[in-house]
Amino acid sequence: MIEIADVTRSYGAFKALDNASLTIREGEFFSLLGPSGCGKTTLLRMIAGFDQPTTGTISIDGQPMDGIPANRRPTNMVFQSYAIFPHLNVEQNVAYGLKRLRLDPKEERRRVDEALAQVSLTGLGKRGGHELSGGQRQRVALARALVMRPKVLLLDEPLSALDKKLREQMQVELRSLQQAVGITFVLVTHDQYEALGMSDRIAVMFGGKIAQIAKPKEIYQRPVNRQVADFLGGMNFVKAEIVAENGASITVETSGFGRVTTDKPQAFIRNGKGATLGIRPERLRVLWDGESSKFEVGGKVVDRHYFGEITHLIVDVPGLEKPLSVSETNDFGADDIPVGAPIRLGYDPDALVAMAD
Amino acid sequence: MKALRRLLANWLPAYAFLYIAFLYLPVLLLPIFSINTTASPRFPLSGYTLQWYVDLPKTPALIDATENSLIVGIAASMLATILGICAARAVTRYRFPGQRAASGLIMAPLVLPEVIVAIALLIVLLQLGLSLSLFTVVLGHVLICVPYSVSVLISGFEGFDRSLEEASADLGESALGTFRRVTLPMVAPAIISSLLVSFTISLDEFIMAFFLTGTEPTLPIYIWGQLRFAAKLPGVLALGTLLLVGSFILLTFAEILRRRAERRTRMTGAAIA
Repeated sequence: MIEIADVTRSYGAFKALDNASLTIREGEFFSLLGPSGCGKTTLLRMIAGFDQPTTGTISIDGQPMDGIPANRRPTNMVFQSYAIFPHLNVEQNVAYGLKRLRLDPKEERRRVDEALAQVSLTGLGKRGGHELSGGQRQRVALARALVMRPKVLLLDEPLSALDKKLREQMQVELRSLQQAVGITFVLVTHDQYEALGMSDRIAVMFGGKIAQIAKPKEIYQRPVNRQVADFLGGMNFVKAEIVAENGASITVETSGFGRVTTDKPQAFIRNGKGATLGIRPERLRVLWDGESSKFEVGGKVVDRHYFGEITHLIVDVPGLEKPLSVSETNDFGADDIPVGAPIRLGYDPDALVAMAD
Repeated sequence: MKALRRLLANWLPAYAFLYIAFLYLPVLLLPIFSINTTASPRFPLSGYTLQWYVDLPKTPALIDATENSLIVGIAASMLATILGICAARAVTRYRFPGQRAASGLIMAPLVLPEVIVAIALLIVLLQLGLSLSLFTVVLGHVLICVPYSVSVLISGFEGFDRSLEEASADLGESALGTFRRVTLPMVAPAIISSLLVSFTISLDEFIMAFFLTGTEPTLPIYIWGQLRFAAKLPGVLALGTLLLVGSFILLTFAEILRRRAERRTRMTGAAIA
């Protein structure tokens, strides 16, 4: 229900957004993910109406938003700084947008209480806007936006100002809130875990362009290129040469994993004969004495890092330019493997990802 | 190094006290000599009397001058503040050609010699066909108050989160509504400061008033006129004392108001969610 068609935003020669196109469906929790400066916030602000595309159109529910200012769009935004009015109390903040509607005071009261209950802030109505903690401010910002019953809720890095524990708690709450309210949420974040954990679909952006739009699992397991793969967690990259390619699968030749056939990811665009094969560190399994696997590589441990839950092993494999990074949970003694020891690693061919160069 | 620091720690309070005493003790002479029975300001005091204070309201010329100063002060401070709000908003929220030149011009009266500016303004106003009156004094005062009000208001406008105004628009408010409901309350401490600073400058101001007034003197001009007569000195001292006390009360009151407004507009959050 949000159509972004060939939108470009340029500042002179610099393009903050370069021909971006995407469609966000109704009732979806959609995330714009990317590093700082990739254009995700620019895009969000253009949906909200705080910025205008240089070329291209943004439509909401079929209606083009050209020339419609922010205060008349069916969207509401939760700002990164929350933008709580410090000179008003919580109730007055939440009721701020309702004033223009001139509702019956009882009805206004009811809606404010309903919104406060939705974000678990019942009872804090009279607290001053300047007296709230970070987490409380975020909830007030949410309530204030949701009370307006918008078609779309836009969230600009809403969790980045919170500490880790609170952030994780709010991720769960935001997701359930969205499902309870049922409206479209568009979230901007640079945190891959946030995007993976909350979204129905993610658009990964770099340098003003959209690299991939897919469900979280697809983006993580079948990234379309190295940039996307690298941004979402660790990834081992292996140089490969394309040997055969058809509709659904692709066969490559590597000098470490041999000849491999794997699924071709959506939107794979071939760029000559070269490609990159990728495998996530957690998909390489340590094979203990007596264990074997149909697919395995052998090498030598050159470094080991302990992280509490898991251990990272750096393994040199003959034929590979760069050593492999392996992530293994510590329940079987991965943290005791001596540096310099020989090691065999098993893997599932499904875990291998072919990426265009 | 440590010795120097210890020296400063012990003697700095003494130095500060002496410094403040040097600045303000002469001012204390005003109330002291205003209750003296004789007109000459000499120690020891010949007697104590409140006669000079009692006589003040009996002087119609003084009452008139006070009225004039108040009228001019209130008018000038309000005008300077309104102009300051417009200028500060333009400078902090928009980007337009000639911005820096405009800011420079606004601040110019601070660095130009006041006598020159007063004479120049006099010539211009006469050329325009205006006759000298309190109105022309107000114009002159606005000119020198605007740099102060603009500075205070610029820091007021810059001091609050711009996304507050965007949030207001996002929630459906018009530009005017946002200004009324969000910007003005947030800038209130700066507005109070600006009104106060402008009023104080105008009340004290002599040079502009001297050149631009017609037949109606302001208080500083009246006082200056009285100083020629030795016998009038105690009356002037009494007046000065009243002005002193009055300014002090006014400033304290306004500072209380300003701090209260500021507390409501500053973000303080607890560390726990």
